[in-house]
Amino acid sequence: MSTITQPRSYVAPPRRSPLAALNDGFTVTGRNLIVYRRIPTLIVFTLIQPVVFVLLFRYVFGGAIKVPGGIPYVDYLMPGIFVQTVAFGATNTAIGLATDVKSGLLERFHALPMARSAVLTGRTFADLTRNVVVVALMAVVGFLVGFRVQTNAAGFIAGILLVLLFAYAFSWIFATVGLAIGDPESTQAATFPVLAPLVFASSVFVPVSTMPSWLQGFATYQPVSVTANAARALMLGGPTLSWLLQSIAWCAGIVAVCAPLAVWRYRHMS
Amino acid sequence: MSDAAILVEGLTKRFGTLAALDGIDFSVPPGAVFGLLGPNGAGKTTAVRVLATILRPDGGRAQVMGLDVVRQPAEVRFQIGLAGQSAAVDVNLTGRENLRLIGRLAQMRRHDVGPRADELLERFDLSYAADRPVRTYSGGMRRRLDVAAALVQRPPVLFLDEPTTGLDIQSRTELWAVIRELVAEGSTVLLTTQYLEEADRLADRIAVVDHGHIVANDTSARLKAQLAGTVIEIGMQDEERAGRAHEVLVKAVADHPQRDGTTVRLTSDEGPSALIETLRLLDANALSPATLTVREPSLDDAFLALTGRRPEEEGDGESEVRGDGHDPRGGGESGDRGRSQGGGETVGEAWHQARERGVGEFMGGMPDESPGETSSEPDRRSAA
Repeated sequence: MSTITQPRSYVAPPRRSPLAALNDGFTVTGRNLIVYRRIPTLIVFTLIQPVVFVLLFRYVFGGAIKVPGGIPYVDYLMPGIFVQTVAFGATNTAIGLATDVKSGLLERFHALPMARSAVLTGRTFADLTRNVVVVALMAVVGFLVGFRVQTNAAGFIAGILLVLLFAYAFSWIFATVGLAIGDPESTQAATFPVLAPLVFASSVFVPVSTMPSWLQGFATYQPVSVTANAARALMLGGPTLSWLLQSIAWCAGIVAVCAPLAVWRYRHMS
Repeated sequence: MSDAAILVEGLTKRFGTLAALDGIDFSVPPGAVFGLLGPNGAGKTTAVRVLATILRPDGGRAQVMGLDVVRQPAEVRFQIGLAGQSAAVDVNLTGRENLRLIGRLAQMRRHDVGPRADELLERFDLSYAADRPVRTYSGGMRRRLDVAAALVQRPPVLFLDEPTTGLDIQSRTELWAVIRELVAEGSTVLLTTQYLEEADRLADRIAVVDHGHIVANDTSARLKAQLAGTVIEIGMQDEERAGRAHEVLVKAVADHPQRDGTTVRLTSDEGPSALIETLRLLDANALSPATLTVREPSLDDAFLALTGRRPEEEGDGESEVRGDGHDPRGGGESGDRGRSQGGGETVGEAWHQARERGVGEFMGGMPDESPGETSSEPDRRSAA
């Protein structure tokens, strides 16, 4: 070995525990959240689109839409809006990662002795945190336009938690997309064609039974619909368990497929 | 096991049909500064990215501190720091936050991170801006932070990938001073650069890279000495006259004159007599030079001799045309590499002429700072 004096090298065991990986993930989460503290208007911007949808469907189209069970349309609408908000919000995950790819920051992370998963868990944890704030604010908007929970507080909270679970799972799809595309502008353009059919050919705004029969199969069982139905059942009452299980199964399935895919993609970047 | 801090043997990396690294070998002893010098697209950045475990090589071997970058990447990452175009800082974070983030992710102990960040901010003269978001930093400040970020965890091996590209002379000189300090502390540094002067000033040893090959690997002094003799450059009024002068000299002088735009250049072991002979021949043919330069060979000349072209003349898709044409000190960021491409002939020549007026002083040819320094980040990764 050489005897030359070198800067005191810190010695750390290369083998690291899952806990250390989680710790790296939280470090990256903190980094991703700093931007919202620095530019709080970013949160406001994420709210504009869902608020416009609430106003549009509550006051413009809503009068023409009849929903089964004789419940007020605003009550039907809001649980769907929560799901729609986090679904479109998942675009942020893709754009955030694509921006880091493009800037070269991920290359620096790549050369650091940190967990390979941390960039992705850090991104998705940060987006989950953002979604907690956004969904809470959307709930306030909902109550302001006349939304009323018909079950109880526990049902409402369970519904919100389900929406957040869905948000977390969904952000893994877009983490994969963002890493694969690696350019924020293209990512923005690429996500809409994926999201539009999921959000609009769904039970978010209108009952699926009003759609043509060829569309009903997709519209009934796709993840946005089952999650909207489950959240609706939790907040308004009615048969709940089946939708809830379907929604949780979708979330688990999405994470099981996309998380390893995204980590693989990160490892084999460039 | 090798004593080398960095060891590269027969390293290859292809991107599609392009061989970015076509079997390169070099080794860097501990505490040395090794320069990889070459134009854009030569493979320098690819070599750094392989050594930094970002990119998997297709063949050959690469070791850092005796650790294999393919088989032991996790261990290698504890030994290295990376700065320059292969890495970036987060523009939404403050300078201090960036350094702390890197320190945490480099697995430093939590209570060591803060003092180390402060120390580096002080040393890189960024304390006054430590709590400002990096997007408000000038280009020079960002680069200093970028190099600081590579040092947070005190890595024994440091990769500086074109650390000063796009910087003004003053920022560049400051960064050089810091890099020299690092070296004095015993860090092993692998530096890539397009600037011959940068390699000359910083590196103990320089490998000239061209199209994925190392075409020379020697000390700066010996690279220059390979071109024993004196460089004579004759600037003519136009290309037509330069062509005639070249013809006359090729026939009569043994030193293989080369024409480059309006300039005819020859290198001779017998400087004075070659000069007299050259002028006599030109005069006899009614050619009188517009400019005349006699100087010692520079690394620039060494590169020309080794690769057949000047480093700026790489005619690839990333060519840039200098916008100013005449004043090498007034250029914009886009003209940074002083390149010309098809259609930009006259601009390129004007620049060559201009740089030749700054004879013997390399700075004259160094692209200078740009009004765009404080503007938004140039696309640093286009050269990757």
